[in-house]
Amino acid sequence: MDLLEYQGKQLFARHAIPVPSGQPASTVEQAVAAADQIGYPCVVKAQVLIGGRGKAGGIRVAKDRAEAEQHARSILGMDIKGFTVHEVWIEEASQIAAEYYASIVFDRAAKAPLVMLSKEGGVEIEQVAEENPEALARLHVDPLLGFQDFHGRRLAFAAGIDADLIRPVGAMLAKLYAAFVAEEAMLVEVNPLIVTPERDVRALDAKVTLDDNSLYRHADNAALRDPSAEDAQEQMAHERGLTYVKLEGDIGILGNGAGLVMSTLDVVALAGGAPANFLDAGGGSKADAIVSAVEVILSDEKVKAVLFNIFGGITRCDEVAKGLIEAFDVVKPTVPFVVRLDGTNDVEGRRLLAEANLPNVHTATTMNEAAEKVVELAANAGAAA
Amino acid sequence: MSVLVGTDTRLVVTGITGREGTFHALNNRRYGTQVVAGVTPGKGGQDVEGIPVFNTLAEAVEEQGANTAMIFVPPRFAADSILEAEEAGISLIIAITEGIPAHDELRVYTHLKRNPNVTLVGPNCPGILSPGKASVGIIPASFFKQGNVGVVSRSGTLTYQIGNELAQRGFGNSSIVGIGGDPVPGSSFIDIIALFEADPETELIVMSGEIGGSAEEEAAEYIAANVTKPVVAYIAGFTAPPGKTMGHAGAIVSGTAGTARAKQEALEAKGVRVGRTPTETAELAMQILGNR
Repeated sequence: MDLLEYQGKQLFARHAIPVPSGQPASTVEQAVAAADQIGYPCVVKAQVLIGGRGKAGGIRVAKDRAEAEQHARSILGMDIKGFTVHEVWIEEASQIAAEYYASIVFDRAAKAPLVMLSKEGGVEIEQVAEENPEALARLHVDPLLGFQDFHGRRLAFAAGIDADLIRPVGAMLAKLYAAFVAEEAMLVEVNPLIVTPERDVRALDAKVTLDDNSLYRHADNAALRDPSAEDAQEQMAHERGLTYVKLEGDIGILGNGAGLVMSTLDVVALAGGAPANFLDAGGGSKADAIVSAVEVILSDEKVKAVLFNIFGGITRCDEVAKGLIEAFDVVKPTVPFVVRLDGTNDVEGRRLLAEANLPNVHTATTMNEAAEKVVELAANAGAAA
Repeated sequence: MSVLVGTDTRLVVTGITGREGTFHALNNRRYGTQVVAGVTPGKGGQDVEGIPVFNTLAEAVEEQGANTAMIFVPPRFAADSILEAEEAGISLIIAITEGIPAHDELRVYTHLKRNPNVTLVGPNCPGILSPGKASVGIIPASFFKQGNVGVVSRSGTLTYQIGNELAQRGFGNSSIVGIGGDPVPGSSFIDIIALFEADPETELIVMSGEIGGSAEEEAAEYIAANVTKPVVAYIAGFTAPPGKTMGHAGAIVSGTAGTARAKQEALEAKGVRVGRTPTETAELAMQILGNR
């Protein structure tokens, strides 16, 4: 789960990481009240889960109340690369003497947290990493040992940090690491990490990604999930405990297991079709989960045909068949379905489907045949419409 | 021969008294696996259809000589259960549990790597099947028969799909190993491929990967340098949009690293043939081993 900048900063503050003070606002009135309280000049920052806010005009300095109101009015509701701005963060303006970069990422390849530090912050760090790799100091930390003071010194010296800042920058990295571990983050990134004219080190931005699997033991973080950032179908699927990702095509897809569903998308694409979604009904799907899944898939009006691709292991094909039969009773779909059932209890599942004789439900024996059939049905539906 | 599980396997199932734990423990026993114990704290002294239940893994090892543990407890207890199994002297831990927090996995992985006598497979994996010998996990074993193709896969259902395509073409398997789709798998493609390379029964290796991470790219390097047996690969996720999570914690694409295309290119550059679909992958295996 990605956090908005201000949520990240509030998380940082809980770990004693210095951040500029600020307040979130979702209306112009709230924004102006917040700006009055913080004082001028202040910064009005769009809160969306996408980069490039500054270039899009989503970050503006207000030198007085009139400007704060004007900026809040123009930024709230603004569209930034497809994301609507529902909240702004009003922040005290910072004096900046230098901009650094710091991050900690859960490095899957190395199987250890990777801490990175650079003096060249405030810019596209990928570009720095590519053009001047020496400028980006990197260090893996043994997860059982944790971040030690010498790690901070080593990174700070390697990054060429000014002598007087070796200690405060090291301390900042230690705090970021503590937050990374305590909050079970997959990423903590600060760009820029600023140095003020008084030589204080502060996080001017915050990019935090949390591990969804750990949210059960972080109730405060779990409550931050922003349903408005999710698409309507994705929100509905999330509420029903299904893994759904909306795509651009017109063929609804349901399968069990992420790998098989991804493979199904690929096979449908190879057959010339365009998948409308990724939907993993999960292991051990029961009939009611299938009903929910059909509802979610069909709530996308683009869907012209649906493919069920099931290879049962922990999932039992008879349960899937029962779910589909129930879904036809409840949802009454008008688009054609192609169903391929293999694996645990497949014979019983196919028998149930044959007996139910559902309207416009086709069966297929292989994944490729199923894909070809559903692509053809979607194309015909498109031609008819 | 086979890898990891076989006729010597003496299995203890943690979480055996749960609904799924019972179902799959009995399924594994029905297949022929020696299921010698179960563990559920507080239920020691009971039994599950004749399988004795203990309070601790140490007792299961001591009383029943368990050498392999299947972890079937809910995510919040799984890291603890894996560590308990290692401490009890279990040499192979197969973690089926899905949804373990990534930082838990990282700590467990780092600790276990320091013990050369223990192997962890999973978590979030379907287990291991050595057809005709033993099945540990949730793989629908009836679809597979004994043979000479070793399969290693990050995804459960995709493993069944590919295994089934091979079976339809007359191929059996030495072993089928699900390594799981989580960010920190206990065993990598490389670990399992090395076992298949050393296994006399295995003549061809099929690896099934997916987007995210760099395990396939690393495997490509390893295969080129160390593997003499033919390897055929499949990668899922060519149509996955960047930046979206596709269910598995592992299946996240950011930028170009870890894309299906990048993995395919890395493998093909090292001489590993990559099928575009599970069907094509099975056909490639057939071309290499001949029709039988």
